[in-house]
Amino acid sequence: MAQTVFAPWDDPQQKPLIQFVNVTKRFGDFVAIDNLTQDIYEKEFFALLGPSGCGKTTMMRMLAGFEAPTEGSILLSGKDIAGVPPNKRAVNMMFQSYALFPHLSVWDNIAFGLRRSAMGKDEIAARVEEMLTLTRLGKFGRRKPHQISGGQRQRVALARSLAKAPKLLLLDEPLGALDKKLRQDTQFELMDIQETTGTTFVIVTHDQEEAMTVASRVAVMDEGRIIQVATPEKIYEAPNSVYVADFIGDVNILEGTAKANGDESYAVDWGNSVPAIAASQRPFSDGQKAHLAIRPEKIAISAERPADAVNAVQGKVLDIAYLGNLSTYHVELPTGQVIKAQSANTRRVSRRAYTWEDPVWLSWSATAGVLLEA
Amino acid sequence: MNRLSPFNVVSLTFGFAFLYLPMLILVIFSFNESKLVTVWAGFSTQWYGTLFQNEAFLDAAWVTLKVAVMSSTLATVLGTMAAYVLVRGGRFMGRTLFSGMIYAPLVMPEVITGLSLLLLFIGIGMDRGVMTIVLAHTTFSMCFVSVVVSSRLSTFDRSLEEAALDLGASQFDAFRLVTLPIIAPAVISGWLLAFTLSLDDLVIASFTTGPAATTLPMKIWSSVRLGVSPEINALSSILIGIVSVGVITASLLSKRHAVRVRREEQAAQRVT
Ligand SMILES: Nc1ncnc2c1ncn2[C@@H]1O[C@H](COP(=O)(O)OP(=O)(O)OP(=O)(O)O)[C@@H](O)[C@H]1O
Ligand SMILES: [Mg+2]
Repeated sequence: MAQTVFAPWDDPQQKPLIQFVNVTKRFGDFVAIDNLTQDIYEKEFFALLGPSGCGKTTMMRMLAGFEAPTEGSILLSGKDIAGVPPNKRAVNMMFQSYALFPHLSVWDNIAFGLRRSAMGKDEIAARVEEMLTLTRLGKFGRRKPHQISGGQRQRVALARSLAKAPKLLLLDEPLGALDKKLRQDTQFELMDIQETTGTTFVIVTHDQEEAMTVASRVAVMDEGRIIQVATPEKIYEAPNSVYVADFIGDVNILEGTAKANGDESYAVDWGNSVPAIAASQRPFSDGQKAHLAIRPEKIAISAERPADAVNAVQGKVLDIAYLGNLSTYHVELPTGQVIKAQSANTRRVSRRAYTWEDPVWLSWSATAGVLLEA
Repeated sequence: MNRLSPFNVVSLTFGFAFLYLPMLILVIFSFNESKLVTVWAGFSTQWYGTLFQNEAFLDAAWVTLKVAVMSSTLATVLGTMAAYVLVRGGRFMGRTLFSGMIYAPLVMPEVITGLSLLLLFIGIGMDRGVMTIVLAHTTFSMCFVSVVVSSRLSTFDRSLEEAALDLGASQFDAFRLVTLPIIAPAVISGWLLAFTLSLDDLVIASFTTGPAATTLPMKIWSSVRLGVSPEINALSSILIGIVSVGVITASLLSKRHAVRVRREEQAAQRVT
């Protein structure tokens, strides 16, 4: 494994492609983007994740040139792009609403941007065909946008924004209307395109699994601010706040007070008879309020108390959610708290080990959870 | 289908009779054999024949057509531009005032519009004739065009223009290649509206014309003062025909477009 890890954000020598410098965007009194500073590097696949209305599209529109920051500046390759109109930016955007031209065929929609450049007729035709093949729209070139399905429209919008092979591509929920299979295929195609063309992608998605799959870094946003930016693994394994932990994936949050318990180890009193032991590099003072975030798949479920378990509690099965490859058990503790534990279904359902009302033991290691400030 | 109650049938009959009976009588009498307008003497198309030999009428028809085509085209260009700026221009100083003012000529008495234009033309020393009528008609029909076009523009998806800009089109290209083709049905119905307005205008044309140019409505008006002739009936019937065709086309144009889009969308859903 001589492969170098792609992490330009850790390299001080690298110059960012995009820099948001103290950007604030207000619509009237409403603050859509709140003093945001963020670098995005060349060849990154940068995913924006956040609840509806948190300002993802607004960030995209500022990059594309449809909105100007109220305060602060946005730099592209080190140059402030404040005065550059959208048609002069080497940036293409795929609109959340697709914005396909209804009077033009699928073919002409894709060719629209190419025709605005100095490209020759044959070259344009070749490029459009390439895009149609890529998005599996070969049969639909002659159709108008209202004659194709929602998912096909989405692919046309994607093809149209990809056609010009821009330096920076903004994708606003590019795959939301596709079925799972096609979505995964397209995700891998996007990553392929990204690798071959070296285009920088900024992608908005509601689907955290998608963000995890494609992104080099994920930014979790809330109310116009970025709460955490990190690689998908870091975001998932080491969220910096309860908000991020809760937003990405499923999580159990144990609320309590921390107490030092040796070197970089804390005992969290969470209202149970035994405190939970958790390792943390983040320091906590004795008696400080803390939240212990543990992913359900890090909690083991067993009939007997595992002998060597650092943390173990008993409860009874309240509910079982069968997810095919996984099952999530909702286990009620004597205190009334409900903990989710997940296990892989390596056996058939009929021989499932636990069922409703069964008494079970839940156990997890000291490093399974992340201790967060309340 | 709901059946109409007797009361509704009666209301409908009276309402439409009131609206259309006069025109119907006019059309029927244009096919009258007799020279007396009020006495029916049998069916004939002779008055249409003599009409087409009447030089004065043909001249007037030609002037009217020229004026209508020129003024409606000019009004469509100006009205569309005005609508575009008012709907799309964002917030600029006095925008509300301007969009209010564009409606004012719609309710302005024609006599006042005509008179003020006459004073203007005299003031700037312009020879009155076909050109002055064209300008006058453009002035008032432009408002109608801009009302029709701006109502279409206000429901127009702004992101389509943004997409065009994003793909490298200039502002002008975005308008020419994306906005205009999409709002074309509204622009065409605006043109047809302007055309029919110009065709049947008497008051403003009378104010702004000179001795050289007489439009058809003016010609009809002046000959009627000497007595109604069956020829006039024939001519009026033709005008009714043209105007009806214009108005019906304008409304069908926008309706058919909507129907087609809906049908094709249904077809697309079946395919997938
Ligand atoms: N032109 C505008 N005028 C006023 N408010 C706006 C405007 N555009 C966006 N907003 C507001 O700014 C906030 C952020 O909007 P934005 O479209 O960026 O959300 P988003 O994160 O893309 O949400 P979603 O996931 O639903 O697409 C929203 O509360 C929205 O109402
Ligand atoms: Mg959005």
